[in-house]
Amino acid sequence: MSAAAIAADQVRKVYPGGQGLTALDGVSLDIRPGEFVSILGPSGCGKSTFLRCIAGLEDISGGTLGVDGRPVDGPPDHLGMVFQRDALLEWRTIEQNILLPIEFAGKSTAPYRAAVGQLLRLAGLSEFAGRYPRELSGGMRQRAAICRALIDQPGLLLMDEPFGALDALTRDQMNVELQRIWMETHNTVVFVTHGIAEAVFLADRVAVFSPRPGRIVEVLDIDLPRPRRLAVRETQAFGAYTGRIRALFRDMGLIDEGAADAAAAPATHERSAVA
Amino acid sequence: MMKTRFPKARQFALGLASIVGFLLLWELLVRALGVRPVSLPAPSVVLAELGGEWRWYLEQTFYTLWTTLGGFALSIVIGVLLAMLLVGSRAFEHAVYPLIVALNSVPKVAVAPLFVIWMGTGAAPKVAIAFLIAVFAIIVDAVHGLRSVPQDVMDLGRVLKGKPLDFFLKVRLPCALPSILAGTKVAISLSLVGAIVGEFVASQRGLGYVILSAQGTFDTPRVFAAVFMLALMGIMLFSAVAWCERRLVPWHRPQ
Repeated sequence: MSAAAIAADQVRKVYPGGQGLTALDGVSLDIRPGEFVSILGPSGCGKSTFLRCIAGLEDISGGTLGVDGRPVDGPPDHLGMVFQRDALLEWRTIEQNILLPIEFAGKSTAPYRAAVGQLLRLAGLSEFAGRYPRELSGGMRQRAAICRALIDQPGLLLMDEPFGALDALTRDQMNVELQRIWMETHNTVVFVTHGIAEAVFLADRVAVFSPRPGRIVEVLDIDLPRPRRLAVRETQAFGAYTGRIRALFRDMGLIDEGAADAAAAPATHERSAVA
Repeated sequence: MMKTRFPKARQFALGLASIVGFLLLWELLVRALGVRPVSLPAPSVVLAELGGEWRWYLEQTFYTLWTTLGGFALSIVIGVLLAMLLVGSRAFEHAVYPLIVALNSVPKVAVAPLFVIWMGTGAAPKVAIAFLIAVFAIIVDAVHGLRSVPQDVMDLGRVLKGKPLDFFLKVRLPCALPSILAGTKVAISLSLVGAIVGEFVASQRGLGYVILSAQGTFDTPRVFAAVFMLALMGIMLFSAVAWCERRLVPWHRPQ
């Protein structure tokens, strides 16, 4: 079936070199149009590499990878991308930054002024159109970067740990805002993160990656009503999803609570010795 | 320990006070020890010398200023162009970079007389020497700057599929600007050195010529008068470039 926005089948990625580092080892995942999928995994598991392959920034070494039914060969059209650091250009105002994709597409920017205003309103940045990135906080900058990714109405939005550099509170806020923006635009979103709660909160489905070489160990359907509020994270249903993922990570040896137990043991020993 | 931060005006006043203090100390020592002007003239003697013939000194200063600025401007244009070629083409880099490094390790002062043979005794050889001394600073910093585009921004450019020229003018060049301007701060001082060296080798005008000819007649106050003008010019040129830097790259905070 070619209705998938993204169709990955047994995608492999091997970096050439001495031993030939294998980053992706048979990743298969179909993503439907308009779906929000989180790619979750530990640092260095190849989840960003997978995203870069979809973006056409890296060649795949094996398998097939298609976007909108066409095999990926260089960056696909109608693609918006948000990076870990906002990648805003410091010498351009926020509005000029958001219009960059229009300029690069060789189109006149004048007809897009209204769209910029609309996106800025959606992102809560209306007063900052004429400001420079250095005048904005980290969270505001990243929202501006999201506006830039959305300005040319991309069917597909790729986000590579976009909130990884933000503090926890700002991150929560950004999750809420991203959900709101997504519910209005309904792009297909692939969201890479190493935050379990963030992945579950945002996504329709969460694809859990194993440590390198990257492989998908499980895909979870997140069946929580939208719009989700931050409080959803305290519900039992939410806890069941994050608990399931944590169990997967424990099985892969990524979480080791034995160390905590071991640390607790001598302490009690000491105390009994004193007593 | 934290250093106290001073407001701009006080910072300037402090700098000025230390210069005035230095001149006063100099004046006092020369008078107290009875040093002869031919060995070390007091600042008052030097200022009197400048005041007596200020029109002539200004003329010489401007001659040196123009050759300095000529060499400086040329070094920016050629330096940035060469840096663009070096960054743009691997083949060009491998072929030309070793040559540039080899040329740079030749002391430019040593080849200055050659320029007199090639270009005569007018302004041209001074401009050429000022250019030659300054250009390497620009090349090195511009290459560094053009290579300093962050990976995320490079990826953004590829995803947006901009035309190479668009990407260069709208992303790469502005990214490199802080580095290039840091290079110009070094280059302006070097251009001045080059212009003076050019005047030392062969000239009938300029501050370098004034110094050399006054030295021939043991007219030490005149040598110092020219050195004073040079110092003043050096400070003003550097400040002008630093001012341009702050205006052009306000997002960049140089240390």
